[in-house]
Amino acid sequence: MSPLRWWLLMLYYIIRRVIAAFLMLVVISIATFAMFYGGPTDPARLTCGKNCTPSSIAANRKFLGLDKPVTAQYAEFVKGLVSERTYPSDPVFAKNNPSLVTHCPAPCLGYSPLQGKLVTDMVKERLPVTLSISLGAFVIWIIVGVGLGIVAALKRGRWQDRGIVAVSLVFYSFPAFFIALLMYNYLSTQWQLLPPPNYVSIFADPGGWFSGLILPWFSLAALYAAGYVRLTRAYMLETMGEDYLRTARAKGLNERTVVFKHTLRAALTPIVTVAGLDLGGLFAGAAITETVFNFQGLGRAVVTSVSVFDLPVIVALVLVAAFFIVLANLVVDVLYGVIDPRVRLA
Amino acid sequence: MPFLQVKDLHVHFPTDDGLVKAVDGLGFTLERGQTIGIVGESGSGKSVTSLAILGLHRRSKAKVSGQILLEGEDLLTVSDDRIRSLRGNQMAMVFQDPLSALHPYYTIGNQIVEAYRIHNSVSKQVARKRAIEMLERVGIPNPNRRVDQYPHEFSGGMRQRAMIAMALVNDPSLLIADEPTTALDVTVQAQILDLMKDLQKEFGSAIIIITHDLGVVADVADDIIVMYAGKCVEKGSVDEVFYTPQHPYTWGLLASMPRLDRARSDRLDPIPGNPPSLINLPSGCAFNPRCAHRSEVDADRCRTEVPELLEARPGQSARCHIDAARRSDVYAQISGTKP
Repeated sequence: MSPLRWWLLMLYYIIRRVIAAFLMLVVISIATFAMFYGGPTDPARLTCGKNCTPSSIAANRKFLGLDKPVTAQYAEFVKGLVSERTYPSDPVFAKNNPSLVTHCPAPCLGYSPLQGKLVTDMVKERLPVTLSISLGAFVIWIIVGVGLGIVAALKRGRWQDRGIVAVSLVFYSFPAFFIALLMYNYLSTQWQLLPPPNYVSIFADPGGWFSGLILPWFSLAALYAAGYVRLTRAYMLETMGEDYLRTARAKGLNERTVVFKHTLRAALTPIVTVAGLDLGGLFAGAAITETVFNFQGLGRAVVTSVSVFDLPVIVALVLVAAFFIVLANLVVDVLYGVIDPRVRLA
Repeated sequence: MPFLQVKDLHVHFPTDDGLVKAVDGLGFTLERGQTIGIVGESGSGKSVTSLAILGLHRRSKAKVSGQILLEGEDLLTVSDDRIRSLRGNQMAMVFQDPLSALHPYYTIGNQIVEAYRIHNSVSKQVARKRAIEMLERVGIPNPNRRVDQYPHEFSGGMRQRAMIAMALVNDPSLLIADEPTTALDVTVQAQILDLMKDLQKEFGSAIIIITHDLGVVADVADDIIVMYAGKCVEKGSVDEVFYTPQHPYTWGLLASMPRLDRARSDRLDPIPGNPPSLINLPSGCAFNPRCAHRSEVDADRCRTEVPELLEARPGQSARCHIDAARRSDVYAQISGTKP
């Protein structure tokens, strides 16, 4: 296959996958919307919690447009996503209450009366927190998990292997909050080896950003690294039994080239898939880690919004999560087309 | 001095269940331009022998002893670096299933270039030219385009040709082909064997061909070694082994081969039983539980005494207690051919 033809096929493949991903998001948004706004319960009842009065419910209903049919509500939601929308949704209500008018620029994810602010603003505040935690943890767990997995496979059956597998099993078995609490308590509070967890923006204070994130990074990475050790070790051992490695040795290659070129190339390819999907899932929020260390990320928002039935936030966060997972899938598939020549693009 | 001389080769694998004697006292010699065929069932020690010659057994797993003299140099005592410099260079190997023996993530060209550049300090461009030239020589059409393709884009026969091109890229003086045609169609088999014969004429390499297919050795080999349970049970020239076979196991192999000139019997005669466990070999002759001719030997020697590999006729030897003079009569009886 000529390179030009390959790139054209690749481009065609990416376009097809982007269209499919877009359709997937449409379906997910319809399903979520139908579930929360099309049901027999009254969404307006849930907009003011314990302080609800008949008049505040009626006002919120007009404000969010909940008096319209659910299809019209969905149309307004989609319009907000692609262009913009203005609250209150009811024009007459808006004219009578000019002080309530709120402009929501695209992509408008909705308005939460419980929090009294736009969901988009909330996501914009919290996304950097979640991205910081998950990207940092990702780097650590890939280096540690894959590295130790390779060592374990190369030293199969020896004490190094047994030790690595045993330790990873311990980390793998503990619940995430337990590891996080242990590390918090001992490493930071009691022994003061690590700076206390605290989030500041990387743009405001890069040093403070880094030191405040070390603890969440390591506690989240410990959990994932344990799984990656076992995964990498298994893929390595599977590859080490392949005939083509015997061929590589029969050519006269030294052991280093056989391991680091021929074995790793084949063993690490499937890990790309898993890593991409795990990272995509984490972007939607590392709820437990964020909660333990009191970081205001998307995961925290998911937990609180579900516990108080903050429907606009729930719908928006489901969409954000779906977006990241669909995006991760897309990236992984395209990457696979590049790294595995056997994947057919046509 | 012979080109390759294997003397009293033992390859033993210590396992939890006991010592597996995969190869037990094998010896043969091979000259340049000559082809030797090693024949036997699965587990008879054929492939283990070839891996031992290339030094591909892990020291931690296999105990290899004896002598493997390549132009007088004992490959079992040389340094790791030395044998690595010979491997793929002076002696190369073609494996059974080219799809699993070629790396799926690298192009054919890349893999040949790699084999060439380990042993020759040349630029990638020069090596690539060499790879294309080799692909052309083994009869791959459009080598300029094919060189950039991956193994999965090749057909089975083309893959085996590419594998042979890779093995021959450094003009090895010894080529070991381990079941080179087993994974291929019959028509492609013949092409690959012809190719190997042509290349041998061109390069003058010595070839060891390992197979369970007597048809293949009959086609390409000069000499045959028949292996059973890690030992050579019969060796001689192709003509001798085919026309005057000396060992009951060889008789069995020949009888289980389909032949056009034998219209009389409409069924093949398989050898009864299974190959023995290499941990618990039968006492005496390892073949005795499956041998139909034990009655030819007095006093139960087959079960008590390991037969020596003795010359039966000039240039042909066998490991059997049956009196050498009796063997042609016995074989004539069972095969229905005149001695």
